[in-house]
Amino acid sequence: MQFSSRTKKFTTNSQTELYSHPLLFYVQPPLENISLVEFETFAVERLKLLKTIENLGVSYVKLSDQYIKKLEAESKALNFLYRPEADDRKPLSGPTEQEKRRKDHISHFILRLAYCQTEDLRRWFIQQEVDLFRYRFNDLYPKQKLEFLHRNNLQYDTISVEEKKALQDKLVSSSYAFSGITVEDQDFYKVPFQDALDLVRLRKVYLKAGYVYIPHQEIVTIVLNDFRTRLSKALALTARSLPAVHSDERLQPLLNHLSHAYVGQDYSNQKNVGKISLEQIDSLSGKSFPLCMRQIHQSLRENHHLRHGGRMQYGLFLKGIGLSLEQALQFWRSEFIKGKVDADKFDKAYAYSIRHMFGKEGKRTDYTPYSCMKVILSNAPSQGDYHGCPFRHSDPELLKQKLQVYKVSPSGIIQILELIKGMHYQLACQKYFELTHNVEEASFSLNHPNQYFIESQKVLAGGRDIKRETDAPQKPQENSTKAPSAAPEAAANTQDVAEMTEELDSFFQDA
Amino acid sequence: MPASDYDSACLPDILPLYYRRLFPFSQYYRWLNYGGVQKNYFQNREFSFTLKDDIYVRYQSFTTQNELEKEMQKMNPYKIDIGAIYSHRPNQHNTVKSGTFQALEKELVFDIDMTDYDDVRSCCSAAEICPKCWTLMTIAIRVLDRALRDDFGFQHLLWVYSGRRGVHCWVCDEAARKLSVAARSAVAEYLSLVKGGDETMKKVVLSDPIHPFIRESLVVVERYFPLYALQDQDILGRKESVDKVLALTPEDILFRTCSRANSSIAQANSSPQFISLKSNLQQDFQNEKKPENRWNLLKDQAKRKQATSKKGQHFEKEIMLQYCYPRLDVNVSKGVNHLLKSPFSVHPKTGRISVPIDLKELETFDPFAVPTISMICEELDRPRTVEEEDKSEETIDKENEKDAAESRKIRDYKRTSLAKYVKCFDQFLDVMARSWKGELLRKSDLQKDF
Repeated sequence: MQFSSRTKKFTTNSQTELYSHPLLFYVQPPLENISLVEFETFAVERLKLLKTIENLGVSYVKLSDQYIKKLEAESKALNFLYRPEADDRKPLSGPTEQEKRRKDHISHFILRLAYCQTEDLRRWFIQQEVDLFRYRFNDLYPKQKLEFLHRNNLQYDTISVEEKKALQDKLVSSSYAFSGITVEDQDFYKVPFQDALDLVRLRKVYLKAGYVYIPHQEIVTIVLNDFRTRLSKALALTARSLPAVHSDERLQPLLNHLSHAYVGQDYSNQKNVGKISLEQIDSLSGKSFPLCMRQIHQSLRENHHLRHGGRMQYGLFLKGIGLSLEQALQFWRSEFIKGKVDADKFDKAYAYSIRHMFGKEGKRTDYTPYSCMKVILSNAPSQGDYHGCPFRHSDPELLKQKLQVYKVSPSGIIQILELIKGMHYQLACQKYFELTHNVEEASFSLNHPNQYFIESQKVLAGGRDIKRETDAPQKPQENSTKAPSAAPEAAANTQDVAEMTEELDSFFQDA
Repeated sequence: MPASDYDSACLPDILPLYYRRLFPFSQYYRWLNYGGVQKNYFQNREFSFTLKDDIYVRYQSFTTQNELEKEMQKMNPYKIDIGAIYSHRPNQHNTVKSGTFQALEKELVFDIDMTDYDDVRSCCSAAEICPKCWTLMTIAIRVLDRALRDDFGFQHLLWVYSGRRGVHCWVCDEAARKLSVAARSAVAEYLSLVKGGDETMKKVVLSDPIHPFIRESLVVVERYFPLYALQDQDILGRKESVDKVLALTPEDILFRTCSRANSSIAQANSSPQFISLKSNLQQDFQNEKKPENRWNLLKDQAKRKQATSKKGQHFEKEIMLQYCYPRLDVNVSKGVNHLLKSPFSVHPKTGRISVPIDLKELETFDPFAVPTISMICEELDRPRTVEEEDKSEETIDKENEKDAAESRKIRDYKRTSLAKYVKCFDQFLDVMARSWKGELLRKSDLQKDF
C-alpha cells in the first residue's frame, strides 16, 4: 500500500481569502485534499516547532531577543512563517508565503487530532500553541495586528493620536502602570468592557461609554486568553469526533506516535541498572543530585522517614539513575528501620508500594520518574513534606540559607533568587548546576531531575562534549508497541511511517 | 395633598380596587414586552407574588397582557417581584428536562438600602428615613446614574422608589439585559468604594493614582457634602460624631499638627502622645465650633499631607466617601435570576407605591409625598369636578371605537396622584421604544437576505 497515491477525501475550497493574513485563529478547519505524505510531513514539522518552543521557553525569557532569534531560525528551517511579509514577494527559493500559511493551517489541525485525547496532551499542546501565537502576534506590523483583530471579530480599534492626547490625563490616572511617556509610546485600543471584565472589576483601566482603553501590551493578554479559551473548547469537541478519525487505519498509528513523541525522554529505561551501589548514594547526593533530590535524601537520612509524596518523587528518581528493585528495597528498608518502623511493618506497608513503583504490583505500570514540570506543578508540599521543587516551593529566605550551606557563592545566590522571582524555576536549577559544577553555561536545557544527574556525571567524568547519542538511553521500544491493535497492520505496511518515526525519535533524543 | 392614613389591614379591601382601576397594565406590558423584538420575551418572564398570609408563589408567567391583568386581579398580590427571562415558560418549568430550564436574560439592577448607611447617619436607623438622610439616596442616584451612562454607556435607566427606605435602578438596555453573571459582578465591583462591615473602621481607602471614576464621583459628593454632612448630619458638631470622624484621620496628621508643642512629650512615651495630640485637635475644635471651619482645618491638613505623598494622603476624600458614597448590595446585581420588587407594586408596610423617580426633579423628590394606595383609592372616589366631566366627554367622542369601560379605566389613574408617575414611566418607555423600532427594522432586513 503506497500512501502517496491515496488521498483523503475533502471538498475543495478557495484558499486565497483564508491565507491573505499571516496569522490565524484557527477557527475554520482546512477543507481540501492533501496527500498523506503532506499530512505526515506537516504534522511532524509542526511538532518539531512546538518542541523547540517548549525548550526555548525553559531556557530563555519568552520574547527576549535570544528567544526570538532562535525561534525565527527554527521556523525558517522548518519552512514555517517566520517573518510577516508586507507583500507576497516570491522568494528566491523555497515555498511561498501562501504555501507556508497553508502548511501552518493544516498542520495545526492535524496536531489537534493527535493532542486532544487526554488532559495532559491538551495542556501541553495549548501551552505551546499559545506561546507560538504570542511570538507571531508580537511580530506583526501594527496594521496587521488590527486587521487580525477585525477578521476575528474582536472589534478592537486603536484610538487616534489626537484622541489619545485628549484622554492622556484620564489614561495616566487610571492605572499606576502608566505614565505620560507610556501613553505616548504605546497604541491604545478601544475594547468593549464585556471583553475586559477583570480590568473593569479592579478599576485598573479607563472606561468610557462602555469601552475600556487598553494599551497594546494588555491587548495581547486579552487576545491570548481568547485564543487559549477557543483552542481549549475546540480540543474538547475534537476529542468527541476522534473515534471516526481513528477508524481510518492510515492515520491512527501516525497520530498515536505523534502524541507519544511529546513526552520525549522519560528516563524510565533500565539500561544502567545496577551501575550504582547503595554506598555511593550519599556522596552522589552531594555531587550529582539536583537540589530537590539532595534535599529529600538529606531529610530521609535525618528523619529516617519520608511521606508518600517524597517517596514517589525520590524513589522514582533513584530508579531512573539505575537502582534495581532489590537495591531500592534494601535502601528504603534500612533507612526506615532506623526510625520508628520495624522490619515487619516495612515489609507489609512500604515494600508493596516500592514494588508498585517498579511495576511489579497492581496494574504493573512501570512508573516513570517525574519531570521538572510535574514536580513543579503538581502535588505542592505541605507541612512535614520534603518533596517538590525547592526553587518553586521553598521560602526564598530558607532557600538562600540552604544554598549558603551548600557553598554557593553570594553572587550566584543572587542570580538564582532573581530567576525565581521571574518564576524561572528550571533556569534557577540550571544556574545551580552551573555554579556547583563550575561551568560557564550548561550545555542542556534542564527539564528532568534524572537529566540533571546524567549531565552532572558527564561533567564530573570530564567529557562535557561527548556525543549525546552514545550516552542517552535508547528510545524505549515499549512505547511504540503501546499503540493499540492497529499497530500490527500499521507496522506491516508502513515503511514510510517507520522511517519517518525513526527520524522523529532521533530528533527528540537531541532535545 | 395630605397622605391618607394607611393601615395595612385595609389592604385586602383596596388591593382589588388598585389592580382593577389603577395599576398601569398597558405601560407595564409595553415595558416588559420590549417592543416584541425578541420572541417570547414576555411569555418567558418570571414573576413572583406574595399573597395574603405571606403565601409566596414563584415561577408565575403570562402569555398576554390580558392574562396578566386577569391573574393579578384574581390573586391580588401584596407584593410583586420581577425575575429573569427564562429558556421556557416559567409556569411550565416542571415539565422541562432538568438542567435545561435556565435564566437567560434580565435587566441589570441595583438596590440601595438606607440601612446599609446606619453607621454614618445619626438622624435615623434601620427602617426609618427622614428628609435629612434622604439626601444619601439623592447622592447615590446622581453618582450611579452618571457612572452607568458615562462610563458604561447605558442609556435606558429606570430609577424607582422602593416604597420604604431605598431606591432601585433598572438598567434596561439590551446590552445590559444580556450581561453574564461575571459581567454584572464586575460592574458592581467597579461601582463599589465602601468596603467592610461592622468590624471595619475605615471603609474607604484610596491610593494613587485616583481613578477618573473616583474623581467624578467625588465631584458629585462634594456638591452635597457641606449641606448634608456638615449641616444636616452635623458630623463635626457633637462630640461622638467628631470622634468618629477623627478616627478616620491618619495618626501622623494629628502628630504633625501639634509637633512643636509636644515633641518632648512624644519622646517620653509613645502612646499617650496620640491621646494628647488628638485631644489637641479637639482643642482646636474647642476654639472653632463651626463645623464648616472645622472641616476646613481638616482639609488644610489633607492638602499638606498630599504634598508629601505619603500613605493615607487622601484621607479627607476618604471621609467624604465613607459618609456619602452609595453602598450597593453586590449580590442583588450579580444574579441573572435575582427577583426584585416590581415598579408600581405596593409596599405592604407603608402602603406607598413603588413609583419611578423623575431625575429632572430629583432635588425636590420627597419620599413622604409619594402616594399611598389608600390615598389614590380615595382620590378615585372623589366626585368628578365639572372640568373633568367635560374633558371625559370630549375624549369619549373621539375614541368611539374603544370600549367605554376601557377608556374610563385608562383615565382613572389620571385622576389620581399616580398620574405624574405613570407619565414619567411613559416618557422613559418612549425613549426606549425608539431603539426597539431600529431593532425590528434591522431584524426584518436580515431576514430578507435569506
